[in-house]
Amino acid sequence: MTEGALGKTYRNGELIVRQGEEGNCMYVVQAGTLEVLREEHDGSVRIAVMNTGDIFGEMSIFEREVRSASVRALGEARVLSIDKKTFLRRIQEDPPLAFNLVKIMAHRIRMLSEEVASLKQKTAPPAARVNAQERRAGQDRRHGRDRRAGVDRRTAVVGRLRNA
Amino acid sequence: MQLLASEGINLPTEVVERGIDAYMLHMDVGSVRIRTPSEEKRIAGVFRGNGPRGSERALRVGFDRYLLDLAASSGAQVVRSLVTRVGWHEDRPEIEHGGGKRACYDLVALAAGVNSQLLQNGCDAAPGYSFPGTLTTFISEFHLGQAAIQASLGDAMHIFLLDLPRLEFAALIPKGDYVTLCVLGHDVDEKLVDAFLAAPEVKRCFPDSKVPELVCHCFPRLNVRPPAQPYADRLVWIGDCGVARLYKDGIGSAYRMAKAAARTAAFHGVSAQDFEAHYAPTCKAMNWDNTLARLVFMSTTAIQKLRPLRRGVLRMTATEQANREQFHHMSSVLWDVFTGSAPYQDVLVRSCHPGFIASLAWNLVAGNVAALAGKPYGNGS
Ligand SMILES: Cc1cc2nc3c(=O)[nH]c(=O)nc-3n(C[C@H](O)[C@H](O)[C@H](O)COP(=O)(O)OP(=O)(O)OC[C@H]3O[C@@H](n4cnc5c(N)ncnc54)[C@H](O)[C@@H]3O)c2cc1C
Repeated sequence: MTEGALGKTYRNGELIVRQGEEGNCMYVVQAGTLEVLREEHDGSVRIAVMNTGDIFGEMSIFEREVRSASVRALGEARVLSIDKKTFLRRIQEDPPLAFNLVKIMAHRIRMLSEEVASLKQKTAPPAARVNAQERRAGQDRRHGRDRRAGVDRRTAVVGRLRNA
Repeated sequence: MQLLASEGINLPTEVVERGIDAYMLHMDVGSVRIRTPSEEKRIAGVFRGNGPRGSERALRVGFDRYLLDLAASSGAQVVRSLVTRVGWHEDRPEIEHGGGKRACYDLVALAAGVNSQLLQNGCDAAPGYSFPGTLTTFISEFHLGQAAIQASLGDAMHIFLLDLPRLEFAALIPKGDYVTLCVLGHDVDEKLVDAFLAAPEVKRCFPDSKVPELVCHCFPRLNVRPPAQPYADRLVWIGDCGVARLYKDGIGSAYRMAKAAARTAAFHGVSAQDFEAHYAPTCKAMNWDNTLARLVFMSTTAIQKLRPLRRGVLRMTATEQANREQFHHMSSVLWDVFTGSAPYQDVLVRSCHPGFIASLAWNLVAGNVAALAGKPYGNGS
């Protein structure tokens, strides 16, 4: 990591944020790779991997909750922090500053929805999957939509389970 | 850097000549290191334009060039040509450039800084605009090489609050193989620069306490007073030729003003009334903060002039830096004054905090009693 580097350098395996701790800043990965870990009673599960340019810890900017996951360096990594107070003050002056963050959060919600859908699809009994598919196809016909069977299967399964 | 990063603009290592993780404050009563709030490199030492003469091949990428390329990659069409006139053609602003070529635009945003002949000779497109008030500064480069810089200056920016007539403040900034010297003051000239370079506090920062030869130097201007009405129909002045932050964070303020102008044009319109309603408030807010900045800089001048005050400031800052658990009243105020990271109003409010005042009072007494007893704090270390 050269002298022309911004942020703080973390060694392989070093924790940048710890699940359950209070957070007052978010982070931008400047170089390297990080892993996001969710600590459960029976061990930790890797839920994401982040690379240069990725932002994390942004939830603590908007809510007073503890960190929902831990983030750890995978190899040497460099990370720049952005403190909550500075960021919120700048948003007051220049509201579109929050736009990039909203975009990132929207993207994350989309990814999570897909993730939840695929998980639920995996756990749902086969009959439920078929029923949901059929019901969704019926709805599409009623609304005049031309959807080929199977294309939107994931969403259909989630809809079925949510209503159940 | 943090705000650019939050918007997805991360300066690559080819652009950042050196990441800065601390400020070293030098006064005749001693020196103290002020670390970045979370001990990370938050300040980027960059070269603007081509960098020092002769360094072009060694240089990686200039900061301005990097941003311009980024704009081009997002769809901006960059015309590399000298603008010689901004006038009118019917109801559209017209730009004359590149030896007589002319082009009309719906909106012209002038961001020519305060060192351009274009604006100094007057812009006949808008009689309501007046050139901003400026101050002459000094900037120069020393070639030391990476190893010598690391050994003598490290990853810190060195700030000097010295009691020299006409000197506001000065800084040494390590960048790659070079060290940049910036001197701000009133009527900065070679005599003031020589007096500054002869000060022992400055010499101590160089290897063997010897100031090397200057590679290049110039006396650029700095915006210190806003222009009258930095907007007109289809014209807007941004950055240094418009409203800029006093002394610090000129690049950040140019960026914020450019965004305010762009927002106005995109969501409201490009008439003088649109700029008056939506751009002028941002200009006024910055002007108000600059008024408060004058109060803040009056106190740094007081520190420069009054030795007992310098002792108190040194003691208070050094004590805070030695104790991570303690609240950093003075360190955070000095950090924001030197970096321009927070609005000056915020700095002023924090320096009126009872904790700040009580701690300064105690350190004033303790620092000066110790000095009178022949045991000065810091002792020039
Ligand atoms: C000594 C010194 C030290 C400083 N240190 C810092 C610092 O550490 N941090 C910080 O944030 N700010 C600093 N500043 C302030 C900062 O440099 C300015 O606030 C900032 O550069 C303003 O940006 P700008 O785009 O308005 O103008 P400029 O950066 O001056 O850019 C103007 C551009 O317009 C171009 N131009 C001019 N005329 C024409 C023409 N006729 N045709 C075509 N192009 C033209 C120029 O070539 C230039 O590229 C410092 C200033 C000085 C003088």
